[in-house]
Amino acid sequence: MIETVNLTKKYGSFTALDSLNLKIEKGTVFGFVGHNGAGKSTTFSILSTLLAPTSGTAYVNGYDVTREPKKVRNHIGYMPDFFGVYDQFKTVEYLDFYGASYGIPKHEREILIPQLLELVNLSHKKNEYVDVLSRGMKQRLCLARSLIHDPEVLILDEPASGLDPRARIEMREILKELKSMGKTILISSHILPELAEMCDEIGVITNGRLVASGSVTSIQNQLKANKIIHVKLTADLEKAIVFFEDEPKISNLSKNDKHDDTITFSYSGTDVEQVELLKKAVSNGLQIISFGQEETDLEDVFLEITKGVDFS
Amino acid sequence: MKSLWINPVLNKEIKLRFRSFKGFLGVIFYLFALGLVALGFIIVSTMYGQAAIFRPEESRMMFTVLSFVQMVLILFMTPGLTSGAISGERERQTLNILLTTPQSSVTIIISKLVSSISYLLLMMIASLPLYSIVFLFGGVSPSLLISTFCIYLITMIAIASLGVMFSTLIRKTIISTIVTYGVTVFLAGGTAFLTTIIGQLFMYQQYSQSIVPYLTAMFNPFFILLSNFESYLTDEIQRLSGIDFPLMASFIIIYVLISVLAIGISIKKLRPRMKAQKRIG
Ligand SMILES: Nc1ncnc2c1ncn2[C@@H]1O[C@H](COP(=O)(O)OP(=O)(O)OP(=O)(O)O)[C@@H](O)[C@H]1O
Ligand SMILES: [Mg+2]
Repeated sequence: MIETVNLTKKYGSFTALDSLNLKIEKGTVFGFVGHNGAGKSTTFSILSTLLAPTSGTAYVNGYDVTREPKKVRNHIGYMPDFFGVYDQFKTVEYLDFYGASYGIPKHEREILIPQLLELVNLSHKKNEYVDVLSRGMKQRLCLARSLIHDPEVLILDEPASGLDPRARIEMREILKELKSMGKTILISSHILPELAEMCDEIGVITNGRLVASGSVTSIQNQLKANKIIHVKLTADLEKAIVFFEDEPKISNLSKNDKHDDTITFSYSGTDVEQVELLKKAVSNGLQIISFGQEETDLEDVFLEITKGVDFS
Repeated sequence: MKSLWINPVLNKEIKLRFRSFKGFLGVIFYLFALGLVALGFIIVSTMYGQAAIFRPEESRMMFTVLSFVQMVLILFMTPGLTSGAISGERERQTLNILLTTPQSSVTIIISKLVSSISYLLLMMIASLPLYSIVFLFGGVSPSLLISTFCIYLITMIAIASLGVMFSTLIRKTIISTIVTYGVTVFLAGGTAFLTTIIGQLFMYQQYSQSIVPYLTAMFNPFFILLSNFESYLTDEIQRLSGIDFPLMASFIIIYVLISVLAIGISIKKLRPRMKAQKRIG
């Protein structure tokens, strides 16, 4: 369980995080999306006790991160966006060191480490120096490391960045497995579709503010309020334009650039209203052969949400 | 207590340090430098001495020279070994992860310190066979050897603590290293320079006393080392300053204080201050 209450972080006069309120229930996979510099890593650092908030509070499993940081550390597995490894260590030694740091006894580590390596598909690299592993392998190793003390909460800052498509799919499979183990996972990315596939809930953050949150479909609906509609006619294009211009909830009406038999407009009505609109248009004698809504994918949704926000 | 000394962080530090080629090279360099000086001394003194044998006075002289060279080596190596302790991990981006483990700040800082010092101690122990020459020809008591090594240890801990502190406070290892060397040069050279200058100034004014030479001398490991061999210098400084309290004791107190303070600051500053906000009511 993760909760933030009016979480704010300022660097001097710059507000990196502005009254963030989040509530993530146990067992939820929560995706945190935002542009570069939105404040994702800042939030994650505060939750991992690496950064003190300027004001507000954050709780992990009920423990206040500023008051009981040590308890919080025992309950989270944190994977930073950028990280290094001790290059003189072999893969097994690397995991062994962190296992020991979490107070796991030696005989348990000896059983645990091969299992973790198996989970992240690195068993064949167990005696390799960490330094020579590829980036994607290091990332998977770091994930294994963050799991070593079996934390209930995972805080993963862009775990899939820099991975090739295949490795991304593998990472997704691993996360699915972790989800099935009942872990609460907080994961960030700036690629929304990637998150949408594996997350139960999504939060969109821009300039330190949470601008939308909820289930993937609810965010989609929230944003589909403004849909683009294309109407194709066999004749009387001008008559159709006059008709649609008079209708409410229609804006940005224009002839389609590519097809001179089609008109396009934005529509903010509900689905029921949309049906009525079509009926009315047909009964008015318009020669409609197609009345279609443009499919907005999540990437567009993201752009839609963050539209008009100054990213500089 | 056991968990503080035998802990995973220290284990890792020692493993990494002794495994690296650089660590091995350090020991070789140290022994080579010291051996060269000893050899040079023997050659020179047997060449110009009356007899081709090594007498107790020469043996003691050689011990003095070796001790000074060893002090120079310690002052030279300690900042390099410690001034990257924390900033190095930060630069290699391993610090964040280490700080999210439940290992306490005390454990992390002390482990960094202990591993650097144990490395230096290893070098000193490795240099012990050289000292056996000195014992072979006499002129040096075991207690002199022990007190000399104690001065090394105290100096080493203080400089190492300063190095770790600067590496905690300063983000960049390069800057932290420069600052640590700067402070070391001041402690070893700057205070000697001040003591000499001010001492000279007051030497000719029989009736005026000044505590300044005492204050600068008690920071200087070379003066302390010398005073361990010959007491006339400290006697002179103490006479000039009119302070009866032994210089050696002041040195120990001040260096222990520096160490404690530097370690304390490092521990405090390693992680962000979390108690900033108090719940009202
Ligand atoms: N130590 C710091 N000092 C000053 N400003 C900082 C500091 N750390 C972060 N910031 C600023 O805070 C803002 C949020 O940064 P953060 O790293 O949280 O973004 P992010 O969402 O993780 O971005 P990205 O997708 O690029 O990883 C940025 O504008 C950044 O410049
Ligand atoms: Mg980031």
